[in-house]
Amino acid sequence: MDALMNFGTGIFGGAWPAVWTLIKIVLIVAPMMLGVAYLTYFERKVIGYMQVRIGPNRVGPWGLIQPIADGLKLLMKEIIVPSGANKGIFIIAPMLAIAPALAAWAVVPFTDSLVLANIDASLLYIMAITSMGVYGIILSGWASNSKYAFLGAMRSAAQMVSYEISMGFSLICVLMVSNSLNLVEIVNVQDQGRFAGLGLSFLSWNWLPLFPMFLVYLISGVAETNRAPFDVAEGESEIVAGFHVEYSGMAFAVFFLAEYANMILVSALTAIMFLGGWLSPVGFLPDGILWLFAKMSAILFLFLWFRATFPRYRYDQLMRLGWKVFVPICLIWLVVVGVWMMSPLNIWK
Amino acid sequence: MDFQTAVFFFLSAILVFASLRVITARNPVHAALHLILAFFTCGGIWALLQAEFLAIAIILVYVGAVMVLFLFVVMMLDINIDRIRQGFWNYLPLGALLGLLMVLEMGLVLGSKYFQVPAAEAMVPAGVSNTKAIGALMFSDYVYPFELASLILLVGMIAAIVLTYRGPKHSKYTSPNLQVFVKAKDRVRVLQMPVEKD
Repeated sequence: MDALMNFGTGIFGGAWPAVWTLIKIVLIVAPMMLGVAYLTYFERKVIGYMQVRIGPNRVGPWGLIQPIADGLKLLMKEIIVPSGANKGIFIIAPMLAIAPALAAWAVVPFTDSLVLANIDASLLYIMAITSMGVYGIILSGWASNSKYAFLGAMRSAAQMVSYEISMGFSLICVLMVSNSLNLVEIVNVQDQGRFAGLGLSFLSWNWLPLFPMFLVYLISGVAETNRAPFDVAEGESEIVAGFHVEYSGMAFAVFFLAEYANMILVSALTAIMFLGGWLSPVGFLPDGILWLFAKMSAILFLFLWFRATFPRYRYDQLMRLGWKVFVPICLIWLVVVGVWMMSPLNIWK
Repeated sequence: MDFQTAVFFFLSAILVFASLRVITARNPVHAALHLILAFFTCGGIWALLQAEFLAIAIILVYVGAVMVLFLFVVMMLDINIDRIRQGFWNYLPLGALLGLLMVLEMGLVLGSKYFQVPAAEAMVPAGVSNTKAIGALMFSDYVYPFELASLILLVGMIAAIVLTYRGPKHSKYTSPNLQVFVKAKDRVRVLQMPVEKD
């Protein structure tokens, strides 16, 4: 590592720290994009098998080249700007959708030392950045000058603002028990406790004492990423394709990438906040980045499983779930955790 | 000029430009978008002052929630910008007077001795979490003003609901509660019938 640093300083001089950060950003974003591509393949295969089909199997062995072929196809297609559309915003909207999904990765820790920016308030940063993802959807709906797109945008705006509240409340419980806003610290705290001492550290992760919050966060995460059964913003059977109905070619592909990048982000955050991040579930196995990837994959599989299982929520039921079920549960559990921490039974000392 | 100053001037230039566009843009949605840019840049300037909690809070609250709803409303309104601009010259003297007053007030506040803190004194020592410090102050020294502010917000919230409430609706309505908890047993009845022989 030192040799690499000296080599870099020799070539770039004073600009080396900036170049080194750029290299690290590429090292995070490039595998993520590849992950997005193969998540689409995984989704088609998983849903295929769940529906007793085979799924993509023509391009390459077992259809493995399919996502690359899809990407190339979309890259070659023309981007059509509808007449009467607000051109500038129409082009900017997909970028606004994907930028927060990528920017949030700046503070996501992969192990306790492998993190791009280990800032003090990384949890707040994540909440702030991900809350901006909704603009891409609203603006695309408005700028398309299309009724269906506008309906999708309106639905999505109301939905994401509602579910952000329950998501925020569940994260408040996490930061209360971890006594920190730093994601590395949040994971390290989950490694302590009675069960961790017995070598059963998966029982001392946050999911068990904060079980209702874990469920609320997971379900709100599905809603925040506009995935089935909360995909009313797209709602193929009701409003054609919702907010991106007028988009074609690469502009559409960017929306697609943003959705899947957001799914990977939410699964990474769920793994870090509630499932112990890179910690190994049992004492005799070493911690490591592979555990984080395994947990993320399991949660991503849940996302796909939901899509193959549940019918879409009706809009009023979706709003009811957010405001009348999740928000009260969060408020109650917030008080429960507060009382628990102040009582002699406190397990987070 | 060191790096920090350069970043400050860069962000300030964007902030001033965005704020100007908020009041000059012809399209109300563009104006709202520039307001979002202004909030975001403002967060950047606060982060430069090492006030990371405030910087993130303004982005989380204003950009992430308030402006989304604002945009939501602006998009659905049909605003005729030319009719709004008609009285521009009539209102200009009053507006200019108010603007001058505000500049004067800000000058007095910023020029007072409370704002003349040397930069070195205002710097937070390393290892102190901004969020924790604000939280500790908010719930100790400033607990009454803080609770008062939240009470005022609550009153405002209830007032807004009361003002827009138009009495109970007497339309046909099915409770989603009953719908969600419905069982197959309630809807379908399986009858056992003897086979008809003839």
